[in-house]
Amino acid sequence: MQRHDVASVTNAPIVAPRAFSPRDTQKVGGVALAVWVVGGCGCPVLHSMKKMLAAAVSRVLGGGAQKPASRVLVASCNYSNDATFEIKKCDLHRLEEGPPVTAVLTREDGLQYYRMMQTVRRMELKADQLYKQKFIRGFCHLCDGQEACYVGLKAGANPSDHAITAYRAHGLCYAYGLSVQSILAELTGRRGGCAKGKGGSMHMYGRNFYGGNGIVGAQVPLGAGVALACKYKGSNEVCLTLYGDGAANQGQIFEAYNMAALWKLPCIFICENNRYGMGTAIERASASTDYYKRVNFIPGLRVDGMDVLCVREAAKFAADYCRSGKGPIVMELQTYRYHGHSMSDPGISYRTREEIQNIRSKSDPIMLLKDKMLNNKLSSIEELKEIDVGVRKEIDDAAQFATTDPEPPLEELGHHVYNNNLPFEVRGTNQWIKFKSIS
Amino acid sequence: MSTPRGSLESDGRFEETSLDASSFTPLFILVTVREAINQGMDEELERDEKVFLLGEEVAQYDGAYKVSRGLWKKYGDKRIIDTPISEMGFAGIAVGAAMAGLRPICEFMTFNFSMQAIDQVINSAAKTYYMSGGLQPVPIVFRGPNGASAGVAAQHSQCFAAWYGHCPGLKVVSPWNSEDAKGLIKSAIRDNNPVVVLENELMYGVPFELSSEAQSKDFLVPIGKAKIERQGTHITVVSHSRPVGHCLEAATVLSKEGIECEVINMRTIRPMDIETIEASVMKTNHLVTVEGGWPQFGVGAEICARIMEGPAFNFLDAPAVRVTGADVPMPYAKILEDNSVPQVKDIIFAIKKTLNI
Repeated sequence: MQRHDVASVTNAPIVAPRAFSPRDTQKVGGVALAVWVVGGCGCPVLHSMKKMLAAAVSRVLGGGAQKPASRVLVASCNYSNDATFEIKKCDLHRLEEGPPVTAVLTREDGLQYYRMMQTVRRMELKADQLYKQKFIRGFCHLCDGQEACYVGLKAGANPSDHAITAYRAHGLCYAYGLSVQSILAELTGRRGGCAKGKGGSMHMYGRNFYGGNGIVGAQVPLGAGVALACKYKGSNEVCLTLYGDGAANQGQIFEAYNMAALWKLPCIFICENNRYGMGTAIERASASTDYYKRVNFIPGLRVDGMDVLCVREAAKFAADYCRSGKGPIVMELQTYRYHGHSMSDPGISYRTREEIQNIRSKSDPIMLLKDKMLNNKLSSIEELKEIDVGVRKEIDDAAQFATTDPEPPLEELGHHVYNNNLPFEVRGTNQWIKFKSIS
Repeated sequence: MSTPRGSLESDGRFEETSLDASSFTPLFILVTVREAINQGMDEELERDEKVFLLGEEVAQYDGAYKVSRGLWKKYGDKRIIDTPISEMGFAGIAVGAAMAGLRPICEFMTFNFSMQAIDQVINSAAKTYYMSGGLQPVPIVFRGPNGASAGVAAQHSQCFAAWYGHCPGLKVVSPWNSEDAKGLIKSAIRDNNPVVVLENELMYGVPFELSSEAQSKDFLVPIGKAKIERQGTHITVVSHSRPVGHCLEAATVLSKEGIECEVINMRTIRPMDIETIEASVMKTNHLVTVEGGWPQFGVGAEICARIMEGPAFNFLDAPAVRVTGADVPMPYAKILEDNSVPQVKDIIFAIKKTLNI
């Protein structure tokens, strides 16, 4: 008996129930499709359904795609629903046990992680391009290479968990729900940006996402404070507090460690160790580069930050730990950034091109996931290419918006100085220039 | 060919230089502000073994803004020190080293990050000589870029002239051009007191003529003395740092309309040279102050208050006017940022308003 996977844009069964086993709900192109397994091959109803489906899938998978949908349908005959992988064991500090050493990846999750990572990658590369074209000004710190960290953390934590990070924020912004369009438009300083053009690259905020912070290390006590609020409110939520290997030497981080441990705050301290703090290699800045062991009284994990499954399992483990009321935990993600520190740093005066190329060819997070999925029949090259096409379109559309949306109106220069305040006047560059300030 | 070569001495004499190559000093050379600061530090590092530089990326990266380019290659690890990202910690370490007799130059990558360390600057450096009854000097220099740049948004654009200028025990200087930059950094390093040097990132790449006098290794710009960059009769325009250039531009424009501005470059925020400003106001009867920082409790506010307390008040024909940054955290979008920093047009407008034109 031939098995056909049939995608329907509604969840209602189309043919006889006994032939259906609702298996995976795929998120492809952001739209939930129910994937049904149908028996039989010669049924004319099935045939016309397939055509309808081909049209639907084609619409969903992206714009001008001509034929791919039917190829997807044909190819999808042979997909597995999930596969189990061995993942790298985490180094542990003051922990008896760590995250599991195997992880199950469903086809649905795999496609989602792939899509998200590819979106972050393409978005960052688009930002690079827009910066060189001078649509983006000031600082722009890109995170390509680190995609597995953001997607893995989001996958392992609960949807209602909180997060905060430093200035290399675009990837986490996307993972935490900001659209590519709102991110790119903020980078180009337009009114459609997530901060209305007022903040720029380093100051993007979202629901349960506290930026985007420019001062190195300052976000860590803030994250501990969010965790305090979670505990205070009894919300069973945790705060993912990200900082870099450079920031790890900030005193305020140790102050935050101490109070988080003392008060058992549900704070996951996450050190993104990408080996360089701006132009300084970790060995030149840190007396100890075992960032997960920094705190004598807080347990820690060292995680392979290039493997999205590893990050996910570690995040799940860490979040469970915090949620159980045991207090904070430290997670070190070993990762790598392809770009220099920022767009004004070529990134090759303090590291070699060979090193960068080596990581790209052996440890690229998107490549690693892709290989896993292809080798275990969780997807096909064609299907992943479809996703790439869809992602590219999403990014291009967003960039189009970001370069054509108007700048914020001058009248709004004074807005949002205070919250919940009566309107007042803000002084401009001299006493005769006044801007209205509303909350 | 009998074109004389030489230099103008301070007493007005023209000293002809012999054509012997070893004694040839060019009359003027073009030097960027960045190069001027680099030269100033290089000369002082060479002159005094106790001088050293520390900060983030100052050594192997050649400086985040390349101001310390070449210094680590020349002086090595002992005297040019890369620090971790630990402002409070390394500022404290620098102050301690100064207390024990060394002469540190402590760089903040921008003065925004000095807020993390401000306790060490104020409580450990500025106040100590006083608190110790004159026993413990702190010969330290804190330097770095200050104020707005271009598109770096709210947390990276603040001007700290008013904050540091507020504190007794500190000296605060704010160079505009290359001569200011070189002369002031050298004076700051030689001064036995804590000196805050507020540089400007947008000025780093701007070239200025450096006179042969200023090229000398002993050239110093005195702390506490303002400079009249342009003589004028109708109005006094006082500024510091990058806006000085804007004031000169405004003066050029207004000159065509018959308005002659006297432009004063403060050079030092604290101790403020109010006498030069007063003498000028007593001549022109009008005053406009220009700064990049926020208006409230700012440098311009202090100048206005002091004018009222001194002899120049009776010479004012109109209230003094301040041109400042807008009273908001610095927005990112270009149109908003452009309207949050004083532009040449704002200065011209303020001058005309003051002169009732």
